[in-house]
Amino acid sequence: MDRQGNKYTFLYASVMVIVVATLLAFVSEALRPIQKKNEEESKMADILRSVNIQTTTADVAEKYQKYIGDNVFIVSYDGQRQEADAKTAFDVDLSVEIRKPLTERQYPVYECHLDNGDVKYILPVRGTGLWGPIWGYIALNADKNTIFGTTFSHKGETPGLGAEIATEAFQQQFKGKTIFDESGNLVSVAVVKGGAPDEAPHQVDAISGGTITSRGVENMLKDYFKGYEAFLKK
Amino acid sequence: MSSEKEPLFSSKNLKLLTNPLGSQNPITVQVLGICSALAVTAKLEPAIVMSLSVIFVLIFSNLIISLLRNTIPSRIRIIVQLTIVASLVILVDQVLKAFAYEVSKQLSVFVGLIITNCIIMGRLEAFALGNKPWPSVLDGLGNGAGYGLILVIVAFFRELLGTGNLTLPGIGEIQIIPDALYNAGYVNNGLMILPPMALITVGIIIWVQRSRNKDLIDAS
Repeated sequence: MDRQGNKYTFLYASVMVIVVATLLAFVSEALRPIQKKNEEESKMADILRSVNIQTTTADVAEKYQKYIGDNVFIVSYDGQRQEADAKTAFDVDLSVEIRKPLTERQYPVYECHLDNGDVKYILPVRGTGLWGPIWGYIALNADKNTIFGTTFSHKGETPGLGAEIATEAFQQQFKGKTIFDESGNLVSVAVVKGGAPDEAPHQVDAISGGTITSRGVENMLKDYFKGYEAFLKK
Repeated sequence: MSSEKEPLFSSKNLKLLTNPLGSQNPITVQVLGICSALAVTAKLEPAIVMSLSVIFVLIFSNLIISLLRNTIPSRIRIIVQLTIVASLVILVDQVLKAFAYEVSKQLSVFVGLIITNCIIMGRLEAFALGNKPWPSVLDGLGNGAGYGLILVIVAFFRELLGTGNLTLPGIGEIQIIPDALYNAGYVNNGLMILPPMALITVGIIIWVQRSRNKDLIDAS
């Protein structure tokens, strides 16, 4: 056949597309269960890290069962606990919820029982950074006011700048901050430029060169604490 | 075909491997792949992982295109190349997500960036389309390594001078600049972390290379 003719060209393109599409579809289907397990385990590891429990891929599922297990539930904007089992609550996809108005979202809460008997409430949060989504988990003490720990992750913030929100140094700053002021009004935690003193109850230091990501963290917290406000005030 | 008997690492083939490291370096001489060189060199670790991914994609896309080179209709050759590169990148991404989830999280957007890396399309078009599979593999390895070499050099200086640390895959952050130096008044240069300094660092490497090898200087 004429290798430069139209017929050959069309045939070549069609065969190539079919072969490539089949291959990719096959690989994607074959690997999906493993990928899904990885994603779930990574989510469990993130959740546990917010209460300072370090895990490895080998023991994450076991530790999650031990500390959280079935103590996962969904609350609504007005603070009502919804009828839902732990699996449904764990599977709530914040990237879908975030498109709904604040009042209609489902808000999962992870209740964590530590070794010393303390109860921590872990709230997932999600927002936008500079290049894409950022998300995290905020662990609150039983008073539902003082932050016990945080973890933040991101899809693709700039390494060395915005991506620093995923570092210990940034996350440790939130420890001990409170989200309600003395008269009980929600103030959240602000991410401020130029350094926040340790004793400032509602402020942490922003990342130099990562202004938009820092602001994204601030807005994300403000947004989600607002959504959880009714539950937290109970 | 006398070249069938050519030894695997004949001097001609070795040149394919070593030239891109020096006088034919894709970044400093051909000035290709600059975009990703700026994006991933703020830290050493993503630079190393990115280099390895590019080497992998470059070797295999070169090999596949070289095997198919006599069948590809010339009018749609760019589309064919693009399809193969994109499929390989998606394949790498899927496999990483399944078997090396942590690495895939670190790479995140960079994996997608490999598709847009002009070195890959450049090598397919300039080399693999007209050469046998084995030299094409060597060419892919050589150019990938040449790219990686510059990336690692740039990332080394940017991270060291910008943060005082070096991040290695599997080991994590290591503080290089001793505390004593900080106490003596040394301050990290935050500018090194920002993208413009990557361009300036690449510029300095080009300058050093050309002042040592006069053949590279463009007379016009």
